[in-house]
Amino acid sequence: MSATATSTPPAAAPKVSGGKGGRTRFSLPVVLLIVAGALLALSAVRAVTGAQDVTSAGQISAALAMAVPIGLAGLGGLWAERAGVVNIGLEGMMILGTFFGAWAGWQTSPWLGVLAGVVGGMLGGLLHAVATVTFGVDHIISGIAINILALGFTTYFAKLWFNSGEAAAKGGSPKQSPPADDITSVTIPGLSDWLHSVEKHHWFFVSDLAGVLGGLVTKVSLLTILAVVLFALTFFVLWKTSFGLRLRSCGENPVAAESLGVNVYTYKYIAVIVSGGLAGLGGAFLSLVTSHIYNEGQTGGRGYIGLAAMIFGNWRPGGLAMGAGLFGFADALQLRNGGESVHALLLLLVVVLAVLAAWKLYRKSFVQGVVSAVVAAAVLVWYLATDSVPTEFVSATPYIVTLLVLSLSAQRLRMPKADGMRYRKGQGK
Amino acid sequence: MKKIDKERLLLGIAAPVLAIVVAFLVTALVLAATGKEPFSAFGIMFDYGLKSDSQVYILNKATTYYLAGLAVAVGFRMNLFNIGVDGQYRLAAFFAAAVGGALTLPGALQIPLIILTAMIVGAMWAGIAGVLKVTRGVSEVVATIMLNAIATAVIGYLLQQGRLGHLDEAGTKISTKPLPESAHFFEFPTTPTPVWGFIVVAAVAGVLYWFTLSRTRFGFDLRTVGQSGSAAEASGVDVKKMVVTSMVISGAVAGLVGMPTLLNDSYEYSGDFPVGIGFTGIAIALLGRNHPVGIALGALLWGFLERGTGKLEFEGYDKEIVGVIQGVIVLCVVIAYEVVRRYGLKRQQSKVGAELAAQAATRADDQAARTNDQQEVSA
Repeated sequence: MSATATSTPPAAAPKVSGGKGGRTRFSLPVVLLIVAGALLALSAVRAVTGAQDVTSAGQISAALAMAVPIGLAGLGGLWAERAGVVNIGLEGMMILGTFFGAWAGWQTSPWLGVLAGVVGGMLGGLLHAVATVTFGVDHIISGIAINILALGFTTYFAKLWFNSGEAAAKGGSPKQSPPADDITSVTIPGLSDWLHSVEKHHWFFVSDLAGVLGGLVTKVSLLTILAVVLFALTFFVLWKTSFGLRLRSCGENPVAAESLGVNVYTYKYIAVIVSGGLAGLGGAFLSLVTSHIYNEGQTGGRGYIGLAAMIFGNWRPGGLAMGAGLFGFADALQLRNGGESVHALLLLLVVVLAVLAAWKLYRKSFVQGVVSAVVAAAVLVWYLATDSVPTEFVSATPYIVTLLVLSLSAQRLRMPKADGMRYRKGQGK
Repeated sequence: MKKIDKERLLLGIAAPVLAIVVAFLVTALVLAATGKEPFSAFGIMFDYGLKSDSQVYILNKATTYYLAGLAVAVGFRMNLFNIGVDGQYRLAAFFAAAVGGALTLPGALQIPLIILTAMIVGAMWAGIAGVLKVTRGVSEVVATIMLNAIATAVIGYLLQQGRLGHLDEAGTKISTKPLPESAHFFEFPTTPTPVWGFIVVAAVAGVLYWFTLSRTRFGFDLRTVGQSGSAAEASGVDVKKMVVTSMVISGAVAGLVGMPTLLNDSYEYSGDFPVGIGFTGIAIALLGRNHPVGIALGALLWGFLERGTGKLEFEGYDKEIVGVIQGVIVLCVVIAYEVVRRYGLKRQQSKVGAELAAQAATRADDQAARTNDQQEVSA
């Protein structure tokens, strides 16, 4: 067993990196450059338009809080899809997480609530694993069924458990749980205040940097820190251990994995259950940190956005974190002065589209170039003709961003080779 | 006409029946576990669900659900997951209601115009996902989910006074301008409440769906792409074109989903227009196995469950139990179908194997006989 484990890495390595060939990898310096570039662009937008909230500490800390549930759902998707199981049931598992999190949370301590949320999500994951791995049901169909089931169960039990006796007396209703206690938030004492004072000067770039850092060190929930740790842990487990290599091999080529003695079913089960647990944690974050209560329809499709963030991140934790950050930022816009901020960001969109148009024309792909230029001009007209973006469009921003980003990037992505495919033991014989 | 395989038919029916039985068992367990008596609940549901006014209610609900199921099934038949029926039908119904409210034409013109508007809007919204899939490689699952949310935002923006919204006389409810009398669809004068005439359109759509898929070249291509994209490509089917076309068709059918409600019931689009029917359609298409008759049965079952559990609310139960029943049915049914499919494959394989073995045996006999003959001749 150990002999096969040691001999596997070199065999698999060239295959993983050579998927499409010539693709830039997201190494640390590249990521830092992208982050710095984005920050520079944002500060330019802020300076030009005067929409101060674009990089304020409040905006960033709200973005972080919004990014965590999306990121956790995406991380759940990452585990499942790396083992070859598409998990569109993340939304349902998140719903289970919000429900069980709040259910245990208001009665006992919020940390027990977190645990209950994780367990609830894992149960959803187990169901998905039974359906897809043992019975071989199409992954997307099973996922949709789980979403429908989770919604049905939680709606029924919310009415039963939150609308009677003590729960009702404490503010529960058929669609809402009583509030749970706070989960501790931490602020780094001196640093946070100092960054805040720097931010108030509105210096170009420096204040923006201070705003971003300030948002990251002020009132950060312990659960957020746990989420960051889980990202690092996922990377370590999936890419630096033999367990992770075997798990990923189940997503790339289960028949080959099987021939090396890996029990593919077991690995898929583990991956999908962990996936459910992470989505459940994301749900528990929504009900215990974001709002302190369970609310029907609270997830609002974040499970799906998490999945989109993972695809955007090319099935890698680092890319996923960037995607979750982007969607979290877009999501947070609607909380704070969204109309003005999104309006300011339109200018950024104009610049990006104009650059894209120039590039496409230079590369002689005239149709795309002209289309980009026309869209850029239209957005510019929109920007100049209005002062603010209607709230409805602000709330649609994360979804539009998802679509735009995916349509620009989807072709460069490489998903695990056997992702979403049926696998039966012994099918390669 | 191919011969009907009795055992295969039996297996096909066994799966959903099994799923429904399991769902009722699970529901009984859930009810019992929460301290409620399950069997009287089912008794109430059946008694009430079969009354004549309930039958009308169920038919009317099923009309909408049937169309939603068809819309989803068109995509499913070629392995295309149109999760966006929900957004497509809402956007379509909204624009159709706006167009219908703005015009007053004779019914023979007005009604087709409204329906056509709905179908075009639905088709376009779904087409976005189709085009993104073939040109940019965006998964239609993610794209349609995003388009659902964007549709909500678009409707929210336009359904305001001064845009396409219209405040009613009490000044409390905002909706599109109500349709004129001429745009009301006909009804069957049943008692105590009428059956919506749109059920006829739904039935026609079902027949068309059946005809297109099983009796035309297009339907054959569509199913081929669903079973194997590469095989279809090799036999000369333009897979990309098929993806966009079937997405557009799926969206056009989705456009019809809101029409029974709009033309037979509400006559306007407002905040209380039914939502989430796209997802119901997914459940029903799964239940009915993308078969026009199966989808109809699924739609009727869904209507029945909703009607029956609605009554439970007055008998000390919670009507939300319907979500549990439906959820368990869907999950069980997809598992049951898969088990049955695999069993059928195995059966087919062993049957073919047995036939081949029998053939080989007779051939061996023949050969033996022939060698005997030859030996006799040479001797």
